Amino acid sequence: MNDVLDVALRLLVVFVVFLTFPLIVGQTEHKVMAHMQGRLGPMYAGGFHGWAQLIADGVKFAQKEDVVPAGADRRIFQLAPAVALLPYLLVLLAIPIGPGEGAVGQVLDAGVFFVLAVMGVGVLGSLMAGWASANKFSLLGGLRTAAQLLAYELPMLLTAASVAMAAGTVSLVGILDAFEWWWVPWQITGALVFFIAGLAELQRPPFDMPVADSEIIFGAYTEYTGLRFALFLLAEYAGIVVLCGLTTVLFLGGWHGPWGADGLGWVWTLLKTAVLAFVVIWLRVTYPRLREDQLQKFSWTLLVPLSLAQIALTGIVKVVIR
Amino acid sequence: MTLAAAAGTAAHATTTTAAETHGFLSPTGVEIAFLLVGLVTLGAAVITVTTRQLVHAALWLVVALGGLAVEYLLLTAEFIAWVQVLIYVGSVVVLLLFGLMLTRAPIGRSPDADSGNRWIALAVSVAAAGALVWVVVDAFRTTWIDLDGAPAGSTEVTGASLFQHWVLPFEALSVLLLAALVGAIVLSRRAKADAATRASATRRGTEGTR
Repeated sequence: MNDVLDVALRLLVVFVVFLTFPLIVGQTEHKVMAHMQGRLGPMYAGGFHGWAQLIADGVKFAQKEDVVPAGADRRIFQLAPAVALLPYLLVLLAIPIGPGEGAVGQVLDAGVFFVLAVMGVGVLGSLMAGWASANKFSLLGGLRTAAQLLAYELPMLLTAASVAMAAGTVSLVGILDAFEWWWVPWQITGALVFFIAGLAELQRPPFDMPVADSEIIFGAYTEYTGLRFALFLLAEYAGIVVLCGLTTVLFLGGWHGPWGADGLGWVWTLLKTAVLAFVVIWLRVTYPRLREDQLQKFSWTLLVPLSLAQIALTGIVKVVIR
Repeated sequence: MTLAAAAGTAAHATTTTAAETHGFLSPTGVEIAFLLVGLVTLGAAVITVTTRQLVHAALWLVVALGGLAVEYLLLTAEFIAWVQVLIYVGSVVVLLLFGLMLTRAPIGRSPDADSGNRWIALAVSVAAAGALVWVVVDAFRTTWIDLDGAPAGSTEVTGASLFQHWVLPFEALSVLLLAALVGAIVLSRRAKADAATRASATRRGTEGTR
């Protein structure tokens, strides 16, 4: 009975994190973007600096009519938001936020493979949405999403493999246990490539060509309304949390910090994740969008060679220090 | 000769002990789950090849491949299961859908999604499945995975056996994949050059590709 309670508690915690953290990131984005552009952002909902704006948005989305276009493939159209969202919930299960087995939803033997594999499934949601909408903008958006994902999956995998080589394990918990501070400069190229490729997988600016509103309305999600549209947005913000958490765990040492690693490990993880999430928002405000061909070229001619170089460097250092 | 006979009796002995400890009539929960997931996988695979809606076929393929991943998990091969999801569900099917949407993927039935070879295909697939099931059942009839013991399919065990016992096939496969990669690049470049020369002469050749 105790085991069942333990599992239930872990699942509940992960689920609460999954529901709240994306909203916090979203609210931060509202405020940070506004202040960077000399505005105030939401100020009224909830009273204090508009803290309840996203809850109000959620209520609004829930009230809207759920429209399925007449020519659409009903079942796939309705299934797509769930396929886009659920992988991120599963990935959160495997990300450790503190030392020991108590601070991770589920210890997995092949954690790196698990998170990358499950994150890759999320794109099926966008593809299904783009195809089933029976709208040429949606279809083009879906195609762009798929092309982008195929291009950026490879550098992401290669850099994650580099960390796994450095640690000698593919378990996320094991990687953190083996972490030393000098891994940060050693793997810094990999970290940058991983983070940039992750941004591209999430279709965040400056890689938001598949959902660019001035180009193809809202890409694969053009026909969606109400709650299903909100689920796609939630998937994007859950993706930011997952990407920042993964970058923290793989490249920035997760719960390792200058002091207080015993009791305050989870604070370090959350702090690093929050800083990375801030960078994600900052990039959205400050960088212009890459054109579709620039986007492909950037991955194949810059990120893939860089990640291969990182793997070579990791291998050389690994052999030398042994 | 005597060696073979000894091996035969030894195999026979293990068969009887295995049958005694693991009866087929009192299955464990894992075995039931394995069977149910297997039925779902088989059903999805059958729908994949029989449905008239092309994109639905690709999505049912996702179900079938995901079901296989779950089967690997139930057989304690965790690493293989995640690789299955990563390669097949995450990449191969995405590539398949990408290709379908680039060429033709109508919503609803495709009237021409039919093949005159369906009975031959059925015969070949039944023969192949029969041979595979027969060989696997014959080879592993007495092999049981100890679920409580050390995991037999963990990353460490898989990596060690891959790079110690199977390193030569592994390298041969890498060379094969490299050859395929180079071949694909050569073919695509030649096709582009051909298209450039032909486009000026006539446009009839592009009609079939859409």
